[in-house]
Amino acid sequence: MMDLNLDAPHSMGTTIIGVTYNGGVVLGADSRTSTGMYVANRASDKTTQLTDNVYVCRSGSAADSQVVSDYVRYFLHQHTIQLGQPATVKVSANLIRMLAYNNKNMLQTGLIVGGWDKYEGGKIYGIPLGGTVVEQPFAIGGSGSSYLYGFFDQAWKENMTKEEAEQLVVKAVSLAIARDGASGGVVRTVIINSEGVTRNFYPGDKLQLWHEELEPQNSLLDILNAAGPEPMAI
Amino acid sequence: MTFTIPIDNGDALKNAETDSQRTLYPYVTGTSIVAIKYKDGVLMASDMGGSYGSTLRYKNIERVKAIGKHSLLGASGEISDFQEILRYLDELVLNDNMWDDGNSLGPKEVHNYLTRVMYNRRNKFNPLWNTLVLGGVKNGQSYLGMVSMIGVSFEDNHVATGFGNHLARPILRDEWHADLSFEDGVKLLEKCMRVLLYRDRSAINKLQIAKITEEGVTVSQPYSLKTFWEFQAFHNPTAGAQGSW
Repeated sequence: MMDLNLDAPHSMGTTIIGVTYNGGVVLGADSRTSTGMYVANRASDKTTQLTDNVYVCRSGSAADSQVVSDYVRYFLHQHTIQLGQPATVKVSANLIRMLAYNNKNMLQTGLIVGGWDKYEGGKIYGIPLGGTVVEQPFAIGGSGSSYLYGFFDQAWKENMTKEEAEQLVVKAVSLAIARDGASGGVVRTVIINSEGVTRNFYPGDKLQLWHEELEPQNSLLDILNAAGPEPMAI
Repeated sequence: MTFTIPIDNGDALKNAETDSQRTLYPYVTGTSIVAIKYKDGVLMASDMGGSYGSTLRYKNIERVKAIGKHSLLGASGEISDFQEILRYLDELVLNDNMWDDGNSLGPKEVHNYLTRVMYNRRNKFNPLWNTLVLGGVKNGQSYLGMVSMIGVSFEDNHVATGFGNHLARPILRDEWHADLSFEDGVKLLEKCMRVLLYRDRSAINKLQIAKITEEGVTVSQPYSLKTFWEFQAFHNPTAGAQGSW
């Protein structure tokens, strides 16, 4: 059906976002896991904990991203014991990079690492296909991110407050869900700062409506009844 | 297939995996590097873009880095492979420093090392997908060379990678001469970079020019070039033939 262009980078199901703000980071993701055209899980959690202070957003192959996260969590656990203090975000990112780069022929996963440590504060690292590591003030990934480049070019600004940053993330994931078939479900966010970690959950009905989207109803009958007893009478 | 935990192989270069791997295609790529010898040393220019296929995904990637005291390395091609090469060079420089004998790796030695690395990877059908430009100054001698992903290696007074081969080199062949001043060198590079900006789809308007002299390395802050669009023919391209483009 579709023309397979093996030379273009594979686009991946999901929308994932990581954003720094004045004091920490906010990570966000949609919750759709698809197998071809079927939605295998409509409430997945793509924001995965690596340590108390570092989380990773996963996109691409679910299996690949899970196994990479599991290995890195394991390495970081040992590293923390040996170090005697929380691992830094940079170390976490570099461990992911090590696996992603050395297994680049086999893995198909793009990741966004975000967290807070006492040396650098809130940091976001993007690790796309191939295993490049890029430290960024904000990062977007997954197939849904195609629809967000323009949005972020316009809406992003430095030194946002925690509330502004989370609103931006939720809005962005929601916009991507509206247009990307491979993204959907709920918006999950994770806020990480010096005080700790806060997880939030935004189901579809808590989000604002976009173009051509209508207010959800229980039934047509409610609409007809609300309009009056004889809606079709002239 | 046994999955051995791939903990840091110091020997990743010599790649001793049981199943032979091959890199098929790059993912995040940098475009042209343009470099010239000038009066006091070498000037190297690159933009700060990292493309992901046709998307201009990353706009803050530094593609020119200082190596040791005497060299500059610029890379086009796969960024993850460039990052790995920087790690190898880090180790090389570290070991060189540990001799603590007052000697330090010059650009010629670094270029030779890179040539060996690139050619050996090519022979195993697992190339580092980069074209590298190595420039430097040691003991008053300027050096400029390049290595491709298949191990083709040479030195010259001016080099360019990628699109720069087609667009920058003709300009350099025409206008380069020995003992260019810093100002003339920068202007020449900017002329090349502007053409690349007009004509290379993967170029972005954010560049850095790095300079290496006997004194050391300076990498400029990122900046943008002005572009010119005021040709009459641009304003009215179809004046002569309505309906054409």
